[in-house]
Amino acid sequence: MLNVESLTKSFGAGAAVDSVSFTLGQGEVVGFLGQNGAGKSTTMRMICGVLDPDAGDAQLQGRSILTDRLEAQRLIGYLPEGAPLYHDMTPVEFLHFLGACHGLGRATLRAATDRVIADARIGDVARRRIAGLSKGYRRRVALAGALLTDPPVLLLDEPMDGLDPVQKQAMRALIARMAGDKAILISTHTLDEVATMCSRAIILDHGRIVADLAPEALARQHELGLEAAFVELVSARRRPS
Amino acid sequence: MKRSLQRVLIGVKAGWQREIRAYFATPLAYLFLAIFLFTLSIFTWDVSGFFDSGAADLAPFFSWHPWLYLLFMPALAMRLWSEESQSGTRELLLSLPVSLTGLVIGKLLAAWTVAAIALILTFPWWISVNYLGPADNTAIALSYAMSWIMAGAYLSLGAMVSALTTSAVIAFVVGVVSAFLLTAAGWPVVSTSIRGLLGPAAADTLAAFSLLTHFETAQRGILDLSSLFYFLSLSVLMVSLNILLIQYRRRSGQ
Ligand SMILES: Nc1ncnc2c1ncn2[C@@H]1O[C@H](COP(=O)(O)OP(=O)(O)O)[C@@H](O)[C@H]1O
Ligand SMILES: [Mg+2]
Repeated sequence: MLNVESLTKSFGAGAAVDSVSFTLGQGEVVGFLGQNGAGKSTTMRMICGVLDPDAGDAQLQGRSILTDRLEAQRLIGYLPEGAPLYHDMTPVEFLHFLGACHGLGRATLRAATDRVIADARIGDVARRRIAGLSKGYRRRVALAGALLTDPPVLLLDEPMDGLDPVQKQAMRALIARMAGDKAILISTHTLDEVATMCSRAIILDHGRIVADLAPEALARQHELGLEAAFVELVSARRRPS
Repeated sequence: MKRSLQRVLIGVKAGWQREIRAYFATPLAYLFLAIFLFTLSIFTWDVSGFFDSGAADLAPFFSWHPWLYLLFMPALAMRLWSEESQSGTRELLLSLPVSLTGLVIGKLLAAWTVAAIALILTFPWWISVNYLGPADNTAIALSYAMSWIMAGAYLSLGAMVSALTTSAVIAFVVGVVSAFLLTAAGWPVVSTSIRGLLGPAAADTLAAFSLLTHFETAQRGILDLSSLFYFLSLSVLMVSLNILLIQYRRRSGQ
């Protein structure tokens, strides 16, 4: 469903993302791992058309984000890092604005809004100003926005960041419920989430993919388990070459 | 062709609705309207002595419009794009399958709508001038229309500037300064000194690009098509620059 081909981007000196390629199929929940600054957000931003790559392409069900931007974007639900929202709106107004941008008709939009409000469990705050909502609610409002059109591909950039354990648990349950017919890419820098949620882990270091495998296979690479294997992978490249 | 026009219109509608809500969900639009009308009254009644002249003529009222717009329109446009960058919502907006051209135009139209409301609320002037004597209402309507179109030119400049920065305050200051330059180039005080410094050709060329010069005939109720064309092409130029700036930032990542 998602086909990423040699995406490359540099900001001034050095490549932030260096020839990253992978594919995501239906039903896959993939953890996108890497330390801060590894290039996870930059890769996601290029996939969803927020940032133009220097080279490479991303195709969503065969539609290129470069040559067929709007059609490709129609297939993506994106949760940007930090879950930015319009604070002067209520969640309902926010969802209606997104629906207007998607060009949804009135009836479709109403049904979609009701569905994601229920899915993200934001019914009790749906008509309150976003500015006054807690971090956990805001994250769920942003997620509801990403789910509005029931897109086949979800890009979630650090969805758990800043959430307390209870909220994390709820977010994990929500993602698990949505998996199945979607392809989901979840960026994170914490490993336990990957072990519990993902069928596959792509590890990025200094803009390059250093591993692409099942979390269990990664854990087996080191006698001390997942975390040790991860540390070994990302520190290997830090040695001066 | 038809499909891409449809997409632009979807963007226009979404952008317009979003900004109209933002203006009126906060005290911003009300504050803007109140201060604008208050300032306009001070200038026309006190400074220009509107009633003292006794003439059934709105020229003194319209003559203040360019000067007020150069302050007020950047204030109305300053957060259109700067706030999207500042709050990170630009990230979300650019990921949506919506026409960027449509959004840029829609946001501008929302600000232009508030400007229209401000002009409509000046109706007491129109009423009082008719009370003073027989007024040329066709000429007045034309002045109003041109004033509104000129407001659009100032707004498009302000909106473009707001796409340059993440700070609404910087957008306001840069917007006012550039609007001032574009206005004052045709101000006699400035054009006489330019004439002295650079010669009459330079002074006339600069004045030809001044909003003030182009509004002169309109404020007397005379339709000058070249001025209309100037206001509209300035707006189109600014909208195009606005779109290009956002596209450029999509490439540079800044
Ligand atoms: N807009 C930008 N301008 C300049 N450098 C950037 C920009 N965005 C990201 N970078 C740099 O690119 C690298 C990758 O960043 P990012 O993709 O945000 O990493 P991650 O999401 O994995 O933490 C970092 O070194 C970061 O400083
Ligand atoms: Mg990141």
